[in-house]
Amino acid sequence: MIARASWKWVAVAAIGLVIGLVLPRAGVPTFYISLFTQTWIYAIVAMSLDLLVGFTGLVSFAQSAFFGAGAYGVAIAATRFAHTDFLTGIIIGLLAGAFVAAIFGLVALRAEGVGFIIITIALNQIMWGLAYQWVSMSGGDNGITGFIRPKVGPFDVSSNAGFYYVCLVFLIVILALLVAITRSPFGLVLRGVRETPRRMRALGYNVWLYRYLAMLIAGAVAGVAGVLFAWYNQFVGPGDLDLTLSTQLLIIVILGGIGSLYGQILGAGIVVFLSNGLSALTQRWELILGAIYFIIVMYAPDGLMGVGNRIARRMQGQRTAPPLIEDQV
Amino acid sequence: MSECLALLNVHKRFGSLRVLEDVCFTVAAGERRGIIGPNGAGKSTLFNIISGELKLTSGTVQLLGRDVSRMPAHSRARMGLSRTFQTTTLFPKLTVIENLMLALQAGSADRFQCILPRSRYRDRHDQALELLGRVGLETRADLVVDALGYGEKRQVEILMAIAQRPKLLLLDEPTAGLPQSDASLVTEMLKRDKSGMTMVLIEHDMSVVFDVVERLTVLHYGRVIADGTLEEIRADANVQEIYLGGKL
Repeated sequence: MIARASWKWVAVAAIGLVIGLVLPRAGVPTFYISLFTQTWIYAIVAMSLDLLVGFTGLVSFAQSAFFGAGAYGVAIAATRFAHTDFLTGIIIGLLAGAFVAAIFGLVALRAEGVGFIIITIALNQIMWGLAYQWVSMSGGDNGITGFIRPKVGPFDVSSNAGFYYVCLVFLIVILALLVAITRSPFGLVLRGVRETPRRMRALGYNVWLYRYLAMLIAGAVAGVAGVLFAWYNQFVGPGDLDLTLSTQLLIIVILGGIGSLYGQILGAGIVVFLSNGLSALTQRWELILGAIYFIIVMYAPDGLMGVGNRIARRMQGQRTAPPLIEDQV
Repeated sequence: MSECLALLNVHKRFGSLRVLEDVCFTVAAGERRGIIGPNGAGKSTLFNIISGELKLTSGTVQLLGRDVSRMPAHSRARMGLSRTFQTTTLFPKLTVIENLMLALQAGSADRFQCILPRSRYRDRHDQALELLGRVGLETRADLVVDALGYGEKRQVEILMAIAQRPKLLLLDEPTAGLPQSDASLVTEMLKRDKSGMTMVLIEHDMSVVFDVVERLTVLHYGRVIADGTLEEIRADANVQEIYLGGKL
């Protein structure tokens, strides 16, 4: 049964991949290709947040700070230091995200639970304050422009379709990496830390260290997503690392399903398409968006992946329903 | 015989409340020691101090001849100290086998390995199954711990502690809240262990105490009032009056 279930996953993933690959060639308007690109980027950073929230039990409101550090890092490197190379940009994103996470971790991981949440909010505000007020470096409210999407080796990916593929490749690679992490011994340690830190300490695990490592990984991944976002917009501004974005990322994780990783692609898609689609229809779009989030959280507390799993189970009927515990006693 | 655990003049205060006062005793390697005392005597606090969950106010804790008074809990665990908690403390949403795998991989370098899947570690999986088999729980391996009965959870917790091959095992009321049949399962499990590890056990059930341990330390209001073999404690008039109430 396990083998069959994993084959189903392979099938779903393959169909998703084919759809993802043909979209720009299937006559989909550029506007939508652009929204899909944004979806892939948001999905990457939401997955990095899911590693913290869903697998390590750290609810962080600072994810946009790592994201923004990557975005600002690559923009500053390109406009001030003429480092416009693709690979250099990605490495800057990795390092900038991990660096900010390394500092945030030292401060925030002194607390647990609600204390941790509050500290991450404060730290995120500090990053926003830096971007907003250090005008000589960050351009303040005007942000930074004047850099373009670099070539990937010999390939020109400056077109919307080209850049779409770059982001799709990053999404797939990072998804594979995060899935591998969660299935590894280290991933089991993170889940143990999420469940019962006290027991982990008694078993000999340095709980602080694992939380810190998880933050570093999440920071580095978010930093890369930030770099892609900077290239995507060819602009960075304080909105790329504010608390609103951090909150939005948490909403994506909740919508997609906490701890589902794959679900974040769905969650990101809903947030990106709804906020763009609704804002074209009405000025009151944020009200409607809020109501939709509310309904999803009310009726699908385990996220959209949870709903999908439930429907799949119902369609298969009793045959593969999870065995009732009582039956086995 | 060398000492496995030594407490020297250990004090613990929570504000003005003195929970432990001048506690001194030693446990020899390989010994099975019981700690008894009425509710509120400071037994669980004592365990939390030995394992490093709580910081002591003053005094020294020595583990295997080393002063560990300021060592964090996880480092003491890596020195060979395992424990169970008064209320079962497991990973409720992980499966039984995953709980045991976490105990087994704690001492190995590949706990940091984050690319290869866990299914690579076949040996560890088999080892965990073998441990479960000892208490007849191998059919429960893939259930989440939440789905187990209370007695089974207790067994899993003790298995996790034993899986680490500790030099010192602290058991905080291992049979509390268990029906008689399950309690004797746990007692049997402890008695059957021939690895020679040192055990310190807090227990209210005197039948368990006299069945498993060799020596007793009696705590009363945070002080050690008696320390000796079972016979000595039985004969101690002071203990009779304060704790055993003449029942024995």
